[in-house]
Amino acid sequence: MQFTIIINGKPTCCEAAPETPLLETLRNAGIHSVRSGCESANCGICTVWLDEKPVLSCSVPTARADGRRVTTVEGMGEEAAAVADALAAEGADQCGYCAPGLIMGILAMKRELVSPTDEEIVHYLNGNLCRCTGYHSQLRAIRSLFRHEPKT
Amino acid sequence: MYRVKEYVIPKSIEECANLLQKNKRSRLIAGNLFLRMTSADIPLAIDLSGCGLDYIREESDGTLRLGAMCSLRTLETSPLLRRYCGGIISRSVGEIIGTQFRNLATVGASVFSKYGFSDVITPLLACNARVRLFAQGELTLEAFLKQPRTRDLLVEIILPAGNAAGAFSNFRNSKGDFSLLNVASVRTETGYRIAVGARPMCAALAYGAMEQLARDPAAVSLAARTAAEELCFGSNMRASAQYRRQLCAVLCQRTLIETNEV
Repeated sequence: MQFTIIINGKPTCCEAAPETPLLETLRNAGIHSVRSGCESANCGICTVWLDEKPVLSCSVPTARADGRRVTTVEGMGEEAAAVADALAAEGADQCGYCAPGLIMGILAMKRELVSPTDEEIVHYLNGNLCRCTGYHSQLRAIRSLFRHEPKT
Repeated sequence: MYRVKEYVIPKSIEECANLLQKNKRSRLIAGNLFLRMTSADIPLAIDLSGCGLDYIREESDGTLRLGAMCSLRTLETSPLLRRYCGGIISRSVGEIIGTQFRNLATVGASVFSKYGFSDVITPLLACNARVRLFAQGELTLEAFLKQPRTRDLLVEIILPAGNAAGAFSNFRNSKGDFSLLNVASVRTETGYRIAVGARPMCAALAYGAMEQLARDPAAVSLAARTAAEELCFGSNMRASAQYRRQLCAVLCQRTLIETNEV
């Protein structure tokens, strides 16, 4: 079947079986930041935004994304780069496999929470697993991002 | 991963029910988190995301209505539910895996599937929730959980009005894992309701303990032990039945103390 998904602001025609995980459809559309991890909705590596909400693309049928907005790291530009820099500065990025999913989680959190506590950060990002850096360096990086947020 | 011959996203609950009845092998798609782990061949998949069942509504009499397609994240963050019965429904779902998961998982799928590991059924049962099924109509959640599975559609969950005190407690081997056991207790003007879930069978009310508290509200420790003795527990890879029974007394006591402090 043919679906039109608005990927990073651009209506994109995708050919897929309706039950195909969005993850697979996005990769077939050339969005390679979206990666397959556990494929059982536990690790958060495949996180994308569906209509601005973070979801696990391994568990969204492609048919459900038809006509809706899907955002990945590729669509976040400078904002994603700033998070990547903060993670790198704290040594919170080693193999980098989980980084795009984590970045989408962090950016979603920035839109939902104002000045989150460590506890709130850990709670929000509990579904983003990383097998190499440990989580302290990530937490330091995220704290620094929120410290640098301009006050409104 | 399952395979689908035909996939539809109906615009109304009536259309969904019609399709469900016409094709006896059709399957409903709600959160798609559990179903995607199966390898079934599905002739007709009926996606419930287009029916407008993603709502939390407060009626003029104070009753709350939760649409079956409300995500667990919506329950977690809803200001109405954070106030309701000490926020036990919001608290119960807040530790389930991660934010992205909770944005997909729906309350309707958890309730309708009567999952034995469910964290959300337990506080709903303690709150004396009712469910509205498309064909069968309205009935108590407790009656629904006891009846055999039918090819019906869960439309909404109804929470009674009132400002009861409540508490929720659970125990996991690790953050993000299923609960070994969960307990919710609610105190209203008419008495206590104590529900115990993830036994690992579906949640059930501890009637003996509730009667104990009706006679003596201060007999918290005795009521907690009664709950542990009267309910059935099972063993699985996470814990033995014996361990769950011990844990039940502890968690019941904690939730009852917290309920009485409010």
